[in-house]
Amino acid sequence: MEAVDHSHWSPLLGRLWWDALPQEPIVLATFVVVALGGAALVAGLTYFKLWGYLWKEWFTSVDHKKIGVMYMILGLIMFLRGFADAVMMRIQQSIAFNGNDGYLTAHHYDQVFTAHGVIMIFFVAMPFVTGLMNYVVPLQIGARDVSFPFLNNFSFWMTTAGAVLVMASLFIGEFAQTGWLAYPPLSNLAYSPWVGVDYYIWALQIAGVGTLLSGVNLIATIVKLRAPGMAMMRMPIFTWTALCTNVLIVAAFPVLTAVMAMLSVDRYLGFNFFSNDFGGSPMMYVNLIWIWGHPEVYILILPLFGVFSEVTATFCGKRLFGYSSMVYATLVITILSYLVWLHHFFTMGSGASVNSFFGITTMVISIPTGAKLFNWLFTMYRGRIRFELPMMWTVAFMMTFTIGGMTGVLLAVPPADFVLHNSLFLIAHFHNVIIGGVLFGIFAAINFWWPKAFGFKLNQFWGKVSFWLWVPGFWFAFMPLYILGLMGVTRRMRVFDDPSLQPFFIVAAFGALMIAGGIGAMLVQFAVSIWKREELKDETGDPWNGRTLEWSTSSPPPEYNFAFTPIVHDIDAWDDMKRCGVERPTSGFRPIHMPKSTGAGIILAGISTALGFAMIWYIWWLAAVSFLGIIGYAIFHTFNYKRDYHIPVETVEATEAERTRQLAAVGA
Amino acid sequence: MSDHVHPNEHVDDVHASGHGTLRDYLIGFFLSVILTAIPFWLVMTGAIADKSTTALVIMAFAMVQIVVHMIYFLHMNTKSENGWTVMALIFTIVVLVITLSGSLWVMYHLNHNMMPMNAHDMGQLP
Amino acid sequence: MTATTADTSHNLSQAQLQAAFYDLNEHDHPEGGSTMLGFWMYLMSDCLIFAMLFAAFGVLGGNFAAGPGPKDLFDLKLVAVNTAMLLFSSITYGIAMIAMEKNQKGATQIWLLITAVFGAAFLSIELFEFHHMIAEGATPMRSAFLTAFFSLVGTHGLHVTFGLIWLFTLVAQVGTKGLIPANKRRLMCLSLFWHFLDVIWIGVFTFVYLMGML
Repeated sequence: MEAVDHSHWSPLLGRLWWDALPQEPIVLATFVVVALGGAALVAGLTYFKLWGYLWKEWFTSVDHKKIGVMYMILGLIMFLRGFADAVMMRIQQSIAFNGNDGYLTAHHYDQVFTAHGVIMIFFVAMPFVTGLMNYVVPLQIGARDVSFPFLNNFSFWMTTAGAVLVMASLFIGEFAQTGWLAYPPLSNLAYSPWVGVDYYIWALQIAGVGTLLSGVNLIATIVKLRAPGMAMMRMPIFTWTALCTNVLIVAAFPVLTAVMAMLSVDRYLGFNFFSNDFGGSPMMYVNLIWIWGHPEVYILILPLFGVFSEVTATFCGKRLFGYSSMVYATLVITILSYLVWLHHFFTMGSGASVNSFFGITTMVISIPTGAKLFNWLFTMYRGRIRFELPMMWTVAFMMTFTIGGMTGVLLAVPPADFVLHNSLFLIAHFHNVIIGGVLFGIFAAINFWWPKAFGFKLNQFWGKVSFWLWVPGFWFAFMPLYILGLMGVTRRMRVFDDPSLQPFFIVAAFGALMIAGGIGAMLVQFAVSIWKREELKDETGDPWNGRTLEWSTSSPPPEYNFAFTPIVHDIDAWDDMKRCGVERPTSGFRPIHMPKSTGAGIILAGISTALGFAMIWYIWWLAAVSFLGIIGYAIFHTFNYKRDYHIPVETVEATEAERTRQLAAVGA
Repeated sequence: MSDHVHPNEHVDDVHASGHGTLRDYLIGFFLSVILTAIPFWLVMTGAIADKSTTALVIMAFAMVQIVVHMIYFLHMNTKSENGWTVMALIFTIVVLVITLSGSLWVMYHLNHNMMPMNAHDMGQLP
Repeated sequence: MTATTADTSHNLSQAQLQAAFYDLNEHDHPEGGSTMLGFWMYLMSDCLIFAMLFAAFGVLGGNFAAGPGPKDLFDLKLVAVNTAMLLFSSITYGIAMIAMEKNQKGATQIWLLITAVFGAAFLSIELFEFHHMIAEGATPMRSAFLTAFFSLVGTHGLHVTFGLIWLFTLVAQVGTKGLIPANKRRLMCLSLFWHFLDVIWIGVFTFVYLMGML
């Protein structure tokens, strides 16, 4: 593959030529399957005349709940893609011994591990956490929407645009072969001459715009739109962690934007930020990207810490132990996450003083994190624990994450890191915290808030099947990697010389297989639950005996969330309301002021996708046209001043009367 | 704009973001002119012989001028938006100081350890 | 609103409880109430983009690759004139804002356009400087120092360019819609943006130009 000459360029199509289409049989087969599946989907949507519905009710909606659900769907779809990459790697590594080259060429394998990392972080974990925050935060603070509803829709579509580019790279051209952070000089034009790194850059740049704007949006929402009486120290913990997460997003993603821009001018214009000659410094790239990269891992985990707090308090039936210490621990982690970035490159050659400073700050982070774990444990202590699915995932998290955290502390010791750097020990460590923390948290959250979003609970049997395949599967998949890493096996290897390593990789592949079963069971769980939704129906809006305001409204909540904005007197406002015996007001409704749907978000994101694609393929005319299109359309959009409307009082009355009937039927 | 606007909205808006008077702008402008002119004069005439002293002095002038702009042009005060703008600014400055000084420190060490040479040689590297 | 707890709530009637726990006479949230805060957050993030460019300049700024350095290239008189242009544009924008507060539509537009003239002058001088340097062979590709220099100063220039496009848009919008609250809010956002660029420029002329010439 490497020998293929990609120097073709034409004014009309840029670098795009026949050689961009899939050459390898595996990719070709995937392409055919995806193309057929896509065609079937489009045909189905057309046949059932669903395009108008999707466009009006979903794509152009500025409702934070719908956008939140769309983020979760995006995350789920990309998760399947990212996991397929993982399985491919596990199979390759379990067979590539004794002179067997495995079934993936180097060119393909390098793309697979790069795509896996990029997709899992940017297009799985990020959409999942953003989706959760989008859905839950406004409900938890008693707001009717976010501060900038249009921007919210735009952010979602920009994230999707990035995902579309990554997916396009699978079939048109190639993806980066550099590893998920695209270190130069490998990612410089000289060593990655074709489109892979450009796909990487533009996917991240475009999705990054969405992430940043959604961060700004949610901060403004939490600061400005809290229900009356909800002082900062009465906010639900999930909202607190969401606030800190979004502060981190706003303070970290510009760094990524800047670094990606520097890498692009190096590649496109021959600048010398990170080149090997003319005074450029590839090490500067590593330094800068980890200034973004370390806060990023806290962006991923903090919201889930919030989820675990809500779940633990709810399913133990008592107030969270140490609310204020939880808040302070979150704040401390927020600041400390900016002080540790060098631990990702201890081995690059800084002196002892630099390495010890960053080693110590890294170890210090485990203190607030440990405090959080104790808070959850003390909440459980003497609580009436209900082992529903969200609580099961939470317990699994506590055990898994703690071990992952401890191996992290091991890696924080610079001399140990010199041995373990870039080994499979590191891979096992960060999968241990990301799967055990982020992913388990997302599963807890999905099981927890699904009834709120759709009005029925998830099937418990298939949830348990998924749980019991996932958790042991995780240990089978990653324990061998710890051992291999300690024995000195490095990451990103395609073939191995030492046959004694093979059993470990086979065990790891078995673990991946179990996880595949877990994912399958989860999809079955969703399908069965939707199929049997009448049996699983929750009409109270409060299936778990919840504590925070999102459980005070119906499931799914009406478009306006709350007919009357609640007034908060305590932490766990809904629990407080239930204890005081407040009944829901059933008269005196008013028209409600809401934002209008708009197609501007999806249109702008669509043009941005075209811009990214044109830049990747050097189609300069299209790049110029789409750039001007973005500016022109954005200006055009600002001339639209009528962005809101009132839900008439009759509609509110009808909706609320229906809710009254529902509640009466279940005797609540 | 909706027809149900809160009567005080406009007033709130003005107070929330703060406006300067002409006097504020003029004070800010003249302070800025002075704070810009002196560093330029210092460097162009070489009034202070010692370079590092000059560097420290012009950096101090820059800091002061940034504060002047913040107060007189951007109308920063601790009250606007219940102090959230100031809080955001302080957080940004903390992150900025950490990343800038950290990068310089880290990269200085790397260069020092990986290719020991003085600044002049660095400039001459191919 | 009195503090209501489970202990004291027994004495309250359901109507009293509802009044304590629900905002029954709610007014619409003032539209755009979050805009200024949101825009400020955006500016903070933009500030960090510049911080990275400053960091790159700080680390790479001495790597001339045996090419020209600041003393061969910079003309402080030109930079001083440029700085003056930006300062003038700041004060004229301020006057436009004062006119806006007094609801003087025409005056607001005129002072905005004067601001645009100074902004355009700033950009022209910067482009002249860039052109001059490139003509001498000091291109951004020549050395890491020049890469960092052109990227930092150029990014600032791009921001000014976008500020100008935005400014003309707002002049048109004030013309068609008048000084309605939505437009005032937009003018205030642009005001923050414009003065923020001036603050960044303080960093640029101090750290890049003046310290480079030392």
